[in-house]
Amino acid sequence: MSDISVSTPGAVPEVFQVLERWRPGQILTVLLVVGAYVLGLFVDDYWFNAILIPFLIMALAGLGLNLLTGFTGQASLGTGAFMSVGAFATFNVLLRAPALPLPLSLIIGGLFAAAAGVLFGLPSLRIKGFYLTASTLAAQFFLPWLFNQYGWFSNYTTSGSISAPRLEFVGHDLSTPFGRYLLTLTSVVALTWVSWNLVTSQVGRNWMAIRDMDTAAAVAGIPIAFNKLAAFAISSFVVGVAGALWAFAYLGTVDSRSFDLNRSFTVLFIIIIGGMGSIAGAFVGSAFVILLPILISRVSATFFAGAIDAGQLQNFQKILFGGLIVFFLIREPNGLIALFSKFRRRLSQWPLKA
Amino acid sequence: MNLFLETLVGGLLAGVMYSLVAIGFVLIYKASGVFNFAQGSMVLFAALTFVTLREAEYGFVAALLITLLVMVVGAIAIERFVLRSLVNQSDLTLFMATLGLSFVIEGLAQLLMGASVHELNLGIDDLPIALGSIQVSQFDLVAAATAGALVISLSLFFNFTRIGISLRAIADDPLAAQSIGIRLPVLWRIVWGVAGLVALVAGLLWGARQGVQFSLTLVVLKALPVLIIGGFTSIGGAIVGGLLIGATESLAEIYISDLLGGSVSTWFAYVVALVFLLARPAGLFGERAIERV
Repeated sequence: MSDISVSTPGAVPEVFQVLERWRPGQILTVLLVVGAYVLGLFVDDYWFNAILIPFLIMALAGLGLNLLTGFTGQASLGTGAFMSVGAFATFNVLLRAPALPLPLSLIIGGLFAAAAGVLFGLPSLRIKGFYLTASTLAAQFFLPWLFNQYGWFSNYTTSGSISAPRLEFVGHDLSTPFGRYLLTLTSVVALTWVSWNLVTSQVGRNWMAIRDMDTAAAVAGIPIAFNKLAAFAISSFVVGVAGALWAFAYLGTVDSRSFDLNRSFTVLFIIIIGGMGSIAGAFVGSAFVILLPILISRVSATFFAGAIDAGQLQNFQKILFGGLIVFFLIREPNGLIALFSKFRRRLSQWPLKA
Repeated sequence: MNLFLETLVGGLLAGVMYSLVAIGFVLIYKASGVFNFAQGSMVLFAALTFVTLREAEYGFVAALLITLLVMVVGAIAIERFVLRSLVNQSDLTLFMATLGLSFVIEGLAQLLMGASVHELNLGIDDLPIALGSIQVSQFDLVAAATAGALVISLSLFFNFTRIGISLRAIADDPLAAQSIGIRLPVLWRIVWGVAGLVALVAGLLWGARQGVQFSLTLVVLKALPVLIIGGFTSIGGAIVGGLLIGATESLAEIYISDLLGGSVSTWFAYVVALVFLLARPAGLFGERAIERV
């Protein structure tokens, strides 16, 4: 690109001109997305069900929380609750308005989650820091209770958990592992694209100003209340869609117990380990949090199978997982994504020392 | 009327138990600005250690002292291996570190001492005593008295000893405190050790009440609304908040649960706390931060 020869306009076909303007990061992203779709053709059901689908959905939830916590600076422990709102709302839309296409049902589910987010985000106008974090727990305890308590939400099933309705889109059945993977991947790609555009626009800059110092942002003329609530709404929308996918594309059942406090913690882990205020960080963090327990259990099963009983093994895994979290927080408090950028900087300056 | 009074008193006494856990949070938050989620795991660990020692035929006092020693050693290890490496990190990072820590402590407790439910007998009968026209549990009264004694001794400790004064200096301004020669790591060890002691007391009382088992870690979730109401930095606030939460929660359980057709105890305290926050954003006794640009 740094050639000094005057290039005549129109000499290069338009497609390549567009490509020339792209930065390496963008090309890499496109390659990753295409690669993810192609990957779906080659892997078996175990990969879909145990690794790819949960990884993508949790990355989406992490992305949603990152909009709120990483970009706007409002730490929330209500992620699990907003996921459950998305799941139950989508379920009821699918149940009561079966004529609506699946994407629309997901969007409506997300909108309900956004409304819940705004409602429980209202305290953020008065309080901040850990007081806010602790008060988002109100959502975490109230909403799943609500869905459990009143049968209407779960269509009066006796067991409390309900099997998901058939997933289909323009006549294609999406209930196979591959179909659910396609549904998840497409939703994740679409919402990631929207989020990327949001955070690189005026809205995102407002959010980051509020995160860095809300008093200063207010002085600079940024409407604090509106932007905080918008962050809660958009974040909860993304999280709600992730919740609906978690219920329909991953578990195949809608159960308020799968959206408990631990789910909220997991999502918070994802963005902290991956990197706060980074979209790619949510994906890296999700890979870490989803894959590490699988890896630990695989490795320990190979080495200690039979030697230690299952309960002890589980305790051991817990210690290892907790220890690794602490280790990574100490090694790289800005998340794994910071490791990548450090590595890239080293690479670009090689063989000079950074 | 009697039902109302009995519920109220029972709730107030249960609230003291919540305060006991909340105090552990306040101590650490005041000294190091860390929102220590591992406090619940510490409660479990302390109670489990004590019970295991008791079952190994150690005397009450010996078991108590050994457990305390274990908690202090744990506090020193936490300061050395976790906190020291995380100085100057954001509050959220520290919070997540304590969350990771709680996994380690819980896993360790169950790895070493098993996951089965243990009976814990402190030699206090859980018999109702007539107090005027209402019945009050003897155990609750002992718990309340213990908590009261703990609070008074902690307040004396923090208001009148050298360590307590240094601690308040750190809470006020860590940099200034260090520059006049207050040793932060030493104080952190002390505070985490004292928090371990508080966890031990809470673990014994809660353990005697519901058995020493994994669900003890969940008392943390009961302590959080208490903290919201009382403020994260006030021990007195933790007590008042505990009483408020305990009382409203029991009353709601009796009078509101029927209206809604189900138990409200999981979330009612949080909604009370939330409403409270809208009126007083820094809690009852929390320090109101002055903001500068």
